[in-house]
Amino acid sequence: MSGPKTLYDKIWDAHLVDEAADGTCLLYIDRHLVHEVTSPQAFEGLRMTGRKVRAPGKTIAVPDHNVPTTQGRENPAQMPEESRIQVAALDKNAKDFGIHYYPVTDIRQGIVHIVGPEQGWTLPGMTVVCGDSHTATHGAFGALAHGIGTSEVEHVLATQTLIQKKSKNMKVEITGKLRPGVTAKDITLSVIGATGTAGGTGYVIEYCGEAIRDLSMEGRMTVCNMAIEGGARAGLIAPDEKTFEYVKGRPHAPKGAQWEAALAWWKTLYTDEGAHFDKVVTLKGEDIAPVVTWGTSPEDVLPITGVVPAPENFEGGKVEAARRSLEYMDLTPGQKLEDIQIDTVFIGSCTNGRIEDLRAAAAILKGKKIKDGMRAMVVPGSGLVRAQAEEEGLAQIFIDAGFEWRLAGCSMCLAMNPDQLSPGERCAATSNRNFEGRQGRGGRTHLMSPAMAAAAAVTGHLTDVRTMI
Amino acid sequence: MDKFTTLTGIAAPMPLVNIDTDMIIPKQFLKTIKRSGLGKNLFDEMRFTPDGAEIADFVLNQPAYRNAQIIVAGDNFGCGSSREHAPWALLDFGIRCVISTSFADIFFNNCFKNGILPIVLPQAAVDVLMEDARKGANARMTVDLEAQTVTTSDGQSFAFEVDPFRKHCLQNGLDDIGLTLEKVTAIDRFENSMDQSRPWV
Ligand code: SF4
Repeated sequence: MSGPKTLYDKIWDAHLVDEAADGTCLLYIDRHLVHEVTSPQAFEGLRMTGRKVRAPGKTIAVPDHNVPTTQGRENPAQMPEESRIQVAALDKNAKDFGIHYYPVTDIRQGIVHIVGPEQGWTLPGMTVVCGDSHTATHGAFGALAHGIGTSEVEHVLATQTLIQKKSKNMKVEITGKLRPGVTAKDITLSVIGATGTAGGTGYVIEYCGEAIRDLSMEGRMTVCNMAIEGGARAGLIAPDEKTFEYVKGRPHAPKGAQWEAALAWWKTLYTDEGAHFDKVVTLKGEDIAPVVTWGTSPEDVLPITGVVPAPENFEGGKVEAARRSLEYMDLTPGQKLEDIQIDTVFIGSCTNGRIEDLRAAAAILKGKKIKDGMRAMVVPGSGLVRAQAEEEGLAQIFIDAGFEWRLAGCSMCLAMNPDQLSPGERCAATSNRNFEGRQGRGGRTHLMSPAMAAAAAVTGHLTDVRTMI
Repeated sequence: MDKFTTLTGIAAPMPLVNIDTDMIIPKQFLKTIKRSGLGKNLFDEMRFTPDGAEIADFVLNQPAYRNAQIIVAGDNFGCGSSREHAPWALLDFGIRCVISTSFADIFFNNCFKNGILPIVLPQAAVDVLMEDARKGANARMTVDLEAQTVTTSDGQSFAFEVDPFRKHCLQNGLDDIGLTLEKVTAIDRFENSMDQSRPWV
């Protein structure tokens, strides 16, 4: 392809192994991240066919979804039997197939999408896949990163490639500056609110604009993390000095002459002037408010100053979906969002479990206490994030405020481990999905930023964090 | 993987939009290390009360739809997590085809890897098929992959698109990995050139 290229085009072209006449492509995969839930059947497939892992050095495994986040968890007896079997299967598969592995006893263990960037496995211009939809996170580095199913996990293990068709390309531009109290989470939720959960289907999104450039790497990861919630195959942000600065010196980042060579190539990774996008969405940074979700789809987003909508405000199949959501969430149209009382606060996940997220929450909580009777927990995204937060004194702020200070893992983001909501319990969560039952059967989830979740912990209801800064 | 050629069966109507993979197979059932046996927990929280009793008005619990092989669904079916447990659960229950106006990307891919045909049709066609599905067990819908048509119980036919490569794999029950490994020299060549161009990877 000649003429101006998008960032997506450039990464795609650099990884194309083969293209069939009908446009079906074989794409080379630079990094394959593996966790315990979506991989056992793939390894079983390899064993059944006598196949090996083609590039064990490019394959990294870490248990995160099932693991308890309480002390003493290295004792397998702490885990329910089925979880224990799944984690044990990963232990064994990692050993048998010779791939990099971070067991729960390793301080580097954590949520796969936090560990990858932290260890320098994720680098600009790479193709990154994982059997997990939030692989989109790694797009923050200008890496083409997306989630795959277990059959594809097996395919990548065996061939280090993936059969792909090129997606369409969407540009999402956030112009100008964010207002105080507005964060990367508010950007990404607002984009989904504007485009809908199917708005990105068939697309790879490139996020750009001043407000995106101004974000830290942590913030950019938050934005890309939720590209999938907008239906997109992947989210991308062009690498820049902040990216290089973040990557430099990480354990698996290139060093010396290789660093220089890598850097020279990384600096060419941007969308050329005049390159074609199939769709363009623009939001003004100034217009974005701190938002929360009210329903059971991430597109059910409103500014915290809003009121619960009525099903009749929607069209088509969404009318019935909204009615069902309101019933499930036990909310009444017209009710002020700020009046919604909550029982639980969860700060963590691959969306908002990084150090900057903990700093933002701690800044609100400093010197304050959570509302009486509130259950609140912080689950750092990795053992290293946890250690850093302890060093910076953030852990003590959380503990003094009344939060539980947990070990790293997915925890209450999807409640495959013991951290769950009970039926009817209402949670302010910094994770990415508010689906029915996501955090436990009958549990009700409101998604928001870490600062907003911290504010809610203090007041006991959904709260506009701008009144507390 | 089982071949998919033609299918004549009962279609269950599920008009809800944004049916996500947490609904299709809730996370407590992801702890298996096998692909089989998930059908009994398909749509678990919609199908059963917490103590395991059937919820009578859920479509797959109605006598007419217990043996459904097709689902006609609202927009954006299969959104959410990448869990292949969703198509595994559908398949284990006996569903071989899902029809909607749109599907989430990863779910859509995962279907083809498991011999399930996801069909995208315009709203007007899905509306007609939804009505047909509502007629119950005596109304059988027919899906013909070779001809790329869906036909209602009363003979109304709709043409659908399907990627030629995926169609070929479905019709022949082909394993992607086997096909890709036929191109192993191209992969070798690519890796060798990468040692020069991007040695840090
Ligand atoms: S934190 Fe949540 S969204 Fe992220 S990988 Fe874990 S379960 Fe998935």
